Amino acid sequence: MSHVHDVAVVGAGPAGLAAAVEAAEAGLGVLLIDTAGQPGGQYWRHYDRIHARPEDRIGHHDWPVFTRLRTRLDELAAEGRIRYLPGHQVWLITRDAEGAFTLRVTAATSTSATAGRRSGDADPTTLAAHALILCAGGYDRQLPVPGWDLPGVLTAGGAQALLKGHRTPAGQRAVVAGTGPFLLPVATGLARAGVRVAAVIEANATVGWLRSPAGAVSAPGKGVEALRYAASMLRHRIPYRTRTVIREVLGDGRVEAVRVARVDGDGRPTGPDEEIAVDLVALGWGFTPSLELPLMLGAETAQDTDGSLVVAVDDSQRSSVDGLYVAGEATGVGGATLAVQEGRLSALAVAADRGHPADPARTRRLRAAVRRARRFAAAMHRTYPLPRAWPDWLTETTLVCRCEEVPYADLRRAHHDLGAEDARTLKMLARPGMGWCQGRVCGLATAGIAAWLGGRETGVDDLRPLATRSLAVPVPLGELAALAEETTPAEALDEGGRNGD
Amino acid sequence: MSVDLVVVGAGVVGAASAYFATLAGLRVVVVERGAIAGGTSSAGEGNVLVSDKEAGPELDLALYSQRIWREDLAEHGDLWEFESKGGLVVAASEQGVASLRALAVHQRRAGVEVRDVTRSELPDYEPHLAPQLAGGAFYPQDAQVQPMLVAAHLLRLARAGGAQVRTRTEVTGFLRAGDRVTGVRTSSGDITAGAVLNAAGTWAGGIADLAGVHVPVLPRRGFILVTQPLPARTIRHKVYAAEYVGDVASSDAALQTSPVVEGTAGGTVLIGASRERVGFDRSISVPAIGTLAAKAIALFPMLREVRAIRTYLGFRPYCPDHLPVIGADPRAPGLWHACGHEGAGIGLSAGTGKLISQALVGQRTDLDLTPFAPDRFPPAEEAPR
Repeated sequence: MSHVHDVAVVGAGPAGLAAAVEAAEAGLGVLLIDTAGQPGGQYWRHYDRIHARPEDRIGHHDWPVFTRLRTRLDELAAEGRIRYLPGHQVWLITRDAEGAFTLRVTAATSTSATAGRRSGDADPTTLAAHALILCAGGYDRQLPVPGWDLPGVLTAGGAQALLKGHRTPAGQRAVVAGTGPFLLPVATGLARAGVRVAAVIEANATVGWLRSPAGAVSAPGKGVEALRYAASMLRHRIPYRTRTVIREVLGDGRVEAVRVARVDGDGRPTGPDEEIAVDLVALGWGFTPSLELPLMLGAETAQDTDGSLVVAVDDSQRSSVDGLYVAGEATGVGGATLAVQEGRLSALAVAADRGHPADPARTRRLRAAVRRARRFAAAMHRTYPLPRAWPDWLTETTLVCRCEEVPYADLRRAHHDLGAEDARTLKMLARPGMGWCQGRVCGLATAGIAAWLGGRETGVDDLRPLATRSLAVPVPLGELAALAEETTPAEALDEGGRNGD
Repeated sequence: MSVDLVVVGAGVVGAASAYFATLAGLRVVVVERGAIAGGTSSAGEGNVLVSDKEAGPELDLALYSQRIWREDLAEHGDLWEFESKGGLVVAASEQGVASLRALAVHQRRAGVEVRDVTRSELPDYEPHLAPQLAGGAFYPQDAQVQPMLVAAHLLRLARAGGAQVRTRTEVTGFLRAGDRVTGVRTSSGDITAGAVLNAAGTWAGGIADLAGVHVPVLPRRGFILVTQPLPARTIRHKVYAAEYVGDVASSDAALQTSPVVEGTAGGTVLIGASRERVGFDRSISVPAIGTLAAKAIALFPMLREVRAIRTYLGFRPYCPDHLPVIGADPRAPGLWHACGHEGAGIGLSAGTGKLISQALVGQRTDLDLTPFAPDRFPPAEEAPR
């Protein structure tokens, strides 16, 4: 095995960048691994420096925070204090008897990742570290609705990524639907790119922040942000329709219209349906963390205010697994500012636990900031919950799992006829989450349906089996085979009927 | 409550036993501490094989099970994706081919259909096989099922016939009248019964312990790799290397892997089968999955660039003599066993369920159960280490 780093940070988004920089500044030898070709994560997604335009930063918050971190990363990497490995994905982490972590990595497949790979660094497949800070971020939370599998339906995050990363609006006339404040920047971003946004369809009742005094007071900047979006919505003449959901996406081969209806507080339709002609639908139900890596190591989990499964951490971002720290969305979706603070806090904790005590005042300040931001996040989650009765929107033929093409009827049958009482059994008998994406898209929905059919609220036991994955990302068999040669002598294919006795 | 039979375990063997016992007229309750088919039944490839067995009692049970799958259960085959895909065993050397031919002689005598396959015929069976292989043997009776669907549908059919299935119900002890077993204590109350069937798979030794009898069922860990979906019929049969037969029969505790590669209806390819005796360790072993990948690539070089999307592991219920335990336990009258099928439990479940139901109602069994007797092992303290 090669060099054992003091700490490995996985993910170079807001939390990971902050953690890596802070840990290196505290004197630790840092390994920073990231899927993308350049730092920033999904949140600070941007063009590489050659293709960037000044206006790209519009819609990027805390851009100066990012540029400062990026500069420090460059400096620390140049000094050899951070080993930065972009364009790589961790597919397996194991922990040995002495408590060191072994990380198995594979080159990321996307072109942007390949572009950013450093040519000097021989392509590693196995890396090691004494401590681990996981900052894998989150992704769009998705709920199935009839017609959501039609071309022209994107996640809200996907629509925004197209704008940020490729400057490509995906249609001419759009609705942005779901719940939460993230719908607003997506809608105004599309409008700025020339898309006619027919409406923002918000399932919940209120514009939010300002109605939740505790949260708004905790994060005054956010109230200003809300007002700015409201002004931009007005400028682009985008109607904002609350207590309304998309009941069905209509179209023959691609999106032609959506059918919307007013709903009650649980998401049950109360009014007549209405059709809106569109060719682009962006669906956003908030975000949910990527938990493959912490779950692989057996970290304890909890359910956050928004219903998502998250890693349970103490006030220094320590998980239940010794040496494993988690920061950012994986401990609860709360946005970039919070993620940066958690990243810093986790790095100080690693440093302290490894004999480099941090300035206690700084730790106290970060903890207080994290507490404030968490309160704000919780208020937001309470303002924009998933409608409790969302499975009521499904029809027998609505696809729940798109990879395996599993309709809702199959899940109902597996529950009612075959005795699939829990999410895992539902998955094994009806196959949702068994395809290429391994439940990243339909995991939350499948867990929710298992609970709904069982007449209970969705809980940790429903969510965890769908969030657990044996391999964090797909790995070429050839790379797996190379590891076998590393660790055990390869045996000849076959020499007769009875080897091994 | 009081019934004729309590089946402990809702895996594929418990489900088949409950189904046939219900058909035979018994009032049956199945108790399961977890979810249906949540143990080893959900951790395999769904093999219904004759090819990997040497002549003897296990092969006899496998051939008997073939009849039950294809006759008694034929009408339900589509429910659990029964596919008579056939198995192709390949050898890399002339010596390996000679061993295959010798094995086939005995298998044919027992009633197995085997076609000798020459080197030049291999591509007709599997176009993507490595070119340097020396030959093989084709077993048309080898088949595949989706084992969780088998268990779930057999339990559904048993329920339709009056049986009850109680999940999340753990057996905590036995009701006794002297030596005699008269029921079970469970986490949700006592159930008195004329007979109790231990179908707890890899955990059957613990159930036997509760009754004060020794049944040496041990876990033998296995990993399976699942690839991304490939075009239909990329790999057409169950394909494995001749060494698999040797590994299945081996008692070695160390890691053994023999490549077993097969396509599925959904296009994913399953790659087995490692064997290790490491207790109930659920951590992923890089040497195990790495060796599986290497050996699968040796059989099918095109797999090198194909991605594994997940891996899963399970614990085969393994007895020292590699035979299952099926029948009444004379040491505790009223207690019966159907467990210890190692890696063959899916295929053998159908025959096991039918035979145990015959024995329970006092019929002459279609197959002699003597080789599977529960008291055939030495007592625990004398068992070889």
